[in-house]
Amino acid sequence: MLAQAPLLEMNDVSVSYRTRAGTVPAVTGVSLIIHEGEAFGLVGESGCGKSTLGMASLGYFGRNGRLAGGSIRFAGQDIAALTQQQLRRIRGPGIGIVYQEAMSALNPSIRVGAQLAEVAITHRGLSRQQAGVAACGMLAEMQVPDPERIMAAYPHQLSGGQQQRAVIAMALLPQPRLLLLDEPTTSLDVTIEAGIVDLLATLRRTHNTAMLFISHNLGLVGQICDRAAVMYAGEIVETGEVQRMFTQPRHPYTMGLVRCIPRPDLPRATQRLVPIPGQVSAPGERPTGCRFGPRCEHFSRRVCDQATILLEPIDPASAVRCARSATIAPLPMLENLAGAVDPRDQTLVAAERLDKFYPLRGPAKGHVVRANQGLTFTAARGQTLAIVGESGCGKSTFANVLMGLTAASGGKLWFETVDLARLPLDRRPAALLRDLQMVFQNPDETLNPSYPVGTQIARAVRRLGVARDRTSVQARVRSLLSMTRLPASYADRRPSQLSGGQKQRVGIARALAGAPKLVVADEPVSALDVSVQAAITELLLDIQRTQQTTLIIISHDLGFVRYIADRVVVMYLGQVMEVGAAEHVFEPPYHPYTEALISAAPTIDARRQRRIVLSGELPSALSPPSGCPFHTRCPRKPGAMCETEPPPEQMAQDGHRIACHIPLADLARMQAATKPVEVVPQQVG
Amino acid sequence: MSDIGLDVAEVLPTRSFGWLRGIGQSKVAVLGCAILGFWICVAVAAPWISPFPPNQTIRPMALPGALAPNGGVFWFGTDHLGRDILSRVIWGTRTVLVYAPLATALAFAVGVTGGLLAGYKRGWVDALLSRLSDLVLAFPALVLYIIIVSKFGASGLNIVLAVTLASSPAIMRLTRGLVLALRGRAFVAAAQLRGEPAWRIMFIEILPNASGPLIVDACLRLGYVVITIGTLGFLGLGLPPPDPDWGGMVNETRKFALVFPHMVLFPCIAVSSLVLGLNLLADGLRELVTRD
Repeated sequence: MLAQAPLLEMNDVSVSYRTRAGTVPAVTGVSLIIHEGEAFGLVGESGCGKSTLGMASLGYFGRNGRLAGGSIRFAGQDIAALTQQQLRRIRGPGIGIVYQEAMSALNPSIRVGAQLAEVAITHRGLSRQQAGVAACGMLAEMQVPDPERIMAAYPHQLSGGQQQRAVIAMALLPQPRLLLLDEPTTSLDVTIEAGIVDLLATLRRTHNTAMLFISHNLGLVGQICDRAAVMYAGEIVETGEVQRMFTQPRHPYTMGLVRCIPRPDLPRATQRLVPIPGQVSAPGERPTGCRFGPRCEHFSRRVCDQATILLEPIDPASAVRCARSATIAPLPMLENLAGAVDPRDQTLVAAERLDKFYPLRGPAKGHVVRANQGLTFTAARGQTLAIVGESGCGKSTFANVLMGLTAASGGKLWFETVDLARLPLDRRPAALLRDLQMVFQNPDETLNPSYPVGTQIARAVRRLGVARDRTSVQARVRSLLSMTRLPASYADRRPSQLSGGQKQRVGIARALAGAPKLVVADEPVSALDVSVQAAITELLLDIQRTQQTTLIIISHDLGFVRYIADRVVVMYLGQVMEVGAAEHVFEPPYHPYTEALISAAPTIDARRQRRIVLSGELPSALSPPSGCPFHTRCPRKPGAMCETEPPPEQMAQDGHRIACHIPLADLARMQAATKPVEVVPQQVG
Repeated sequence: MSDIGLDVAEVLPTRSFGWLRGIGQSKVAVLGCAILGFWICVAVAAPWISPFPPNQTIRPMALPGALAPNGGVFWFGTDHLGRDILSRVIWGTRTVLVYAPLATALAFAVGVTGGLLAGYKRGWVDALLSRLSDLVLAFPALVLYIIIVSKFGASGLNIVLAVTLASSPAIMRLTRGLVLALRGRAFVAAAQLRGEPAWRIMFIEILPNASGPLIVDACLRLGYVVITIGTLGFLGLGLPPPDPDWGGMVNETRKFALVFPHMVLFPCIAVSSLVLGLNLLADGLRELVTRD
């Protein structure tokens, strides 16, 4: 590979934007080389300049951006010297691009087939008929179940995974030599993500396409790429082989990123996620010297804050931009946590055969969506219960029933001694409202944009009857802010002045205003950057430990769940597939669906996992499969009985319950055989 | 930090419209404000700046610039009854600047409340309010005005009520649409979960976040109402004579317009410039609202 000329070569590239506040340098002095057929990763938090750099390789800088320095050469051509006409011949046939939001990359009013064919007609000069055939063939390569049907469909009729596959097909149709992937799986469910990642790995082999993979998730990059660069505040801080960066990160920022991700191979009680403090500094406010300095625990005055720090090679394949990389001791991967709390095993919430059906109106009248069906499980006081499953499995419906936003159709839902199943919000007494609070998913919607955050927390404090007079309300607001690690001065800020993670903290502070017994968190970290995720996760755990609050976490992120949960409920199409203590659910025997979920979760792991990729998409909750709802996608389906008979509930140890036709002993044997070999976790350094 | 403004109600009116402060950044909005401000000054200063009493008969059919018999100049000429047109335009400003904002405000009070109820409560409330508004919108607005004003008599109050009835359905629809987009936000769910009453969620949690488009609409609608009042005056359904009213002035003198165009020209320019000012202001505000 060394003998080949590089496909994409960036040499000392700087990109700046003209804004009202002056010229903003988004990317400075980035050099990288991608060879033919190579997959290269670009990692970093939001605002580090990853996407800017990616678009620069296409010669695209937006209306107010420009190449401020350096050169970009694609296949030997200098991008900056090309005319618009020539650039058009590179965009598509040279470099294909896959965006994060597949839905907005497709034109909603044109059939998918026509959009795909248009690309083949424009870039490959095919006739309409040939283009249709080529498009259909490319879709088939994307492993979609029924390419003809997808060709004839409009984008909104496809699932998120299918849309993203169509966009990848579109990018590959002009047969590009380099595929630019900008967070292609960020908005997808974890099982769908696993499918896409698998597909990308296959495509790389079959088409010999080089890839530039942009992501904030180190784990994902590790599954696709050989080499990667970590970007921070517009510059590369570390580059090298991905596996080496996982096991022996050299730059403190890379170390920070690695430590933000839970390790599935270590028991929960012995690890602690270490968030990176602070935020990426805005392009105009970068410090002199090391840009990571303000957030770095190894920061040393007069060494780190003087001259610009250069990217120094550490071995032929790697380089790091740190003045102290030779002297700093590699950080321990995870802090040890002494003395885990002993949770009192006392039931706080109990669901008994809980149903929630939505009857449909209009043309589908008479049909019923079974959002929750026969849910039975308990949550103990002071513990964390996680409800896991793909989107559309009914986890949020359960949360809505519990919170009183909608009434159940049948069954019971006990909270202490009150049945909440059919108790709507306006009939709940004030004490019950205070005891049950919620943390929402989307930080941008959780706070009212019209009021300062202090006002909003204060309103909750007053309304939930914790304090009435002005001074004690203020005192409570201050203590809630400090509980969520926000400075008291933030009370005056408006939501638009806060970052996503800070908004989520305010949301948590507001939920805690009345010292609730139970907090339900619906995907509390899924919309956040990975370093912020770690901080919010730690915050939730800390609050739970100190306040003895019971947490019900709804999530599709197995890594996060495994780290935070005491007990896990796995749901599929409105039904409970498996319930049990976290340590049992994540070890064989598990339900085949749980197995697929675990296998799909991206992890930082030196060993290669055997991946189970589920075929097809989630069936519609309108007509769930008969018998076991999972039989249409189950990789371990034993026989025809799964299609007709509901699976029996088998009890393993300590209340661990699995709904499956396969006897537990057989499950355990099969799964132990395919479980990845345990490797002693590599010591850092 | 000592006082962080903990009471929501105290904070609401001043802080929720922070984007209004940016008004100086839009040239269009500044120009609109200037025209509107000019007319407000004229209305306030009417007794001092009008050269003649508005209803006094002096000399019929004088051309613009003609000299008055007892000194002074008819800058805009006089009408068929010998009244000074400049003075009548100046005093007419008062009429339009009292009734147009009053009618618009009442229409917004009704429309916004209806829209909040329909959008937030949904169900039968929404169905009822939406059908009612469809019913009103099915009538041509002008026919509606004529029926109401001719049935109940031409008076300032009836004009205000007629405008309210005719324009609140459209305001309701706009508000309802904005509320539908906002009611699903998590902060509304958070308010419900702490047991806030419905009125509070509608007016304090949701309404401030819909204020931008509503204010833009209010400016545009104020312009329409100025035109409406003019039209009613022109149809002889405006304020009872002899008080000056721009639309009425055009109506009374239109028979002479071929010979003495100045009699209709100046009131028309007055209406147009006020409406233009309001529309420019609305355009500028729209820029500011959508930029956020």
